[in-house]
Amino acid sequence: LKYRDEYRDPDAARRLAAAIARTATRPWTLMEVCGGQTHAILRFGLDALLPPAVSLVHGPGCPVCVTPVEYIDKAIEIAREPQVIFCSFGDMLRVPGTRGDLLSAKSRGADVRIVYSPLDAVAVARAAPGRQVVFFAVGFETTAPANAMAAYRARRDGIANFSMLVSHVLVPPAMRALLEAPGNRIAGFLAAGHVCTVMGYEEYEPIAARYRVPIVVTGFEPIDILEGVYLCLRQLESGRAEVENQYARSVRRGGNEAAQQLIREVFRIVPRRWRSIGDIAESGFGLADAYREFDAETRFGAVRSGEEATSECLSGLVLRGEKKPSECPAFGTRCTPERPLGVTMVSSEGACAAYYRYRGAAGDGR
Amino acid sequence: MTDGNGLALSCPAPAGQADTVQLAHGGGGRAMARLLDTIIRPGFADAEIERRHDGAVLAVDRHIAFTTDSYVVRPLVFPGGDIGTLAVNGTVNDLAMCGARPLCLSVGFILEEGLPIDLLRRIVASMRTAATAAGVRLVTGDTKVVDHGKADGMFVNTAGIGSIVASAPIGPEMVRPGDAVVLSGDIGRHGIAVMAAREGFGFETAIESDCAPVAAPVLALLDVGIEVHCLRDLTRGGLASAAVEIAEASGLAIALDEAAIAVPDEVAAACELLGLDPLHVANEGRFIAFVRGEDADRTVAALRRYPVAAAAAKIGNVRAGPKGQVSCRGPFGAARAIDMLSGEQLPRIC
Repeated sequence: LKYRDEYRDPDAARRLAAAIARTATRPWTLMEVCGGQTHAILRFGLDALLPPAVSLVHGPGCPVCVTPVEYIDKAIEIAREPQVIFCSFGDMLRVPGTRGDLLSAKSRGADVRIVYSPLDAVAVARAAPGRQVVFFAVGFETTAPANAMAAYRARRDGIANFSMLVSHVLVPPAMRALLEAPGNRIAGFLAAGHVCTVMGYEEYEPIAARYRVPIVVTGFEPIDILEGVYLCLRQLESGRAEVENQYARSVRRGGNEAAQQLIREVFRIVPRRWRSIGDIAESGFGLADAYREFDAETRFGAVRSGEEATSECLSGLVLRGEKKPSECPAFGTRCTPERPLGVTMVSSEGACAAYYRYRGAAGDGR
Repeated sequence: MTDGNGLALSCPAPAGQADTVQLAHGGGGRAMARLLDTIIRPGFADAEIERRHDGAVLAVDRHIAFTTDSYVVRPLVFPGGDIGTLAVNGTVNDLAMCGARPLCLSVGFILEEGLPIDLLRRIVASMRTAATAAGVRLVTGDTKVVDHGKADGMFVNTAGIGSIVASAPIGPEMVRPGDAVVLSGDIGRHGIAVMAAREGFGFETAIESDCAPVAAPVLALLDVGIEVHCLRDLTRGGLASAAVEIAEASGLAIALDEAAIAVPDEVAAACELLGLDPLHVANEGRFIAFVRGEDADRTVAALRRYPVAAAAAKIGNVRAGPKGQVSCRGPFGAARAIDMLSGEQLPRIC
């Protein structure tokens, strides 16, 4: 398969692993930001190719995991309204709110539909003018352009029965929050390649300079990730802290200008609460004033901020890279994908789910 | 049917005959008799069905395998097959997995009011074709009609019997450490074909379901005297579920080699886009066979003589432990754990 197999070449992987081993002279902790990268690391056992001195910790880049519980509750509340068709990406359906998830609301009669693109939800609204169609717009910068396009089209074409429940989040503010946390041990980042495909990487340059951390924009295939690790270590060992682009086949410094323009038209920057992490200033997108009428919160009432139920779940520590899933006492015993205690075990991109899926109930990764 | 182009392709309809299924078609009266007489009995064309008795009477002289399965696929027609081919081949394959030569099937239809009669006729015809291809008879049946909205067009149940050919028991309890795991072909075609037809992804895929009977290659293994320990067809849940079921039931470990498992490019590409693992994607014409390690090459060679198993390959082996575990060695040498899906397969966000 072209554009895939060349990035899964075992010989290239061995060469990079050898280069990494030669480069690392002391212990370093690196964080891969995106859940997709975490999955590739576990799926291919890339951590086993690294020398013991190099440790990868897993970042908060799982949109499903960080969507606040009160938004899940609101989604379920809206979906239960008889006139509503509630459209969502598939992996939001199993995420637990305070009481149940969208999948169980569906089984009790709510019209919940999986869509593959937000524009499909606009098409559903167009085809069902007598119903209210609500799309659950979540994700990082990666999904923002397509979600913005849905709102843009609905407004342009006067599709009055379409609205979006928006809980978008942004990567750079989360990276800052992690770096400012007491006891931070992250020495370098593998930044999320697809986020940077949209946004470019200029906004990461002040972070690299201010916190003295190398940031390598990295892709998602095994060779991408190993190369990202290598470039990051090379900077660390030579005392540099810059933004470097490993994923040049997809990412330009300025990003995708057209997508950014659309995002600026439809969204504005808002404070966000991150599930299991907490409030982060200016860390999300909400709909701009011109799109207020397409905001599901305008139509169905504002999301009420609630308290997260406390449990033994360590997903907050996992999302901040402070613990590995296998270090959680509940992992694989009291917490499994069948009976999850927290979102990181639910989502297909969650770190706990990745450990369970690829390492089994013992999760005995390094 | 007259919708669409206004052209009636069927015979001129006598008074009261509709072009869609009506509740009366299940009511036990004239309408039902007409449906059975014009569509179903002629479609299946079997002497036992033509007897119009309450059941089929069959002569059986040895151990038989007996199985049943219900089919609820949406859409009813998909690239490479339809619910009818699925219902025949699925039960034929379950019988083959018992080491049996499939003989006869029953067919139970639950039809939704409003189902186009032409679609029913088409599905009955493809059941007949599939039965002929698999060498089984459709000998008895039942038809019910439910209100509009109570079924996805139609549901089909088939039950079947087959005569046991294998001289030794076949099942998970017969699997031994050192056994080879042989896969009969590439994986994932059915699941991706149906998903693409159902969801309308907006990307072109030419992939067709692998729906096919696999009894012939299975019987060939037994004919040439290969000691088959266990057989399992890969259906929902894919290769992963089949392997995990056998590992758990046998209390042994199964080690697979990813490089040996053939995945068609179109399936691999669709899985990459949707965030699915091909090992979890459904198949309808593939199976795994557990044979003695030294019989692996003979097994592969015997299977490859049949078009449906032309890409058969050894994909792994059985180990004593860890008990109930399935692992898969990837391109970089590290093995990952393989488990069943914990819920429905849901495409990821990005």
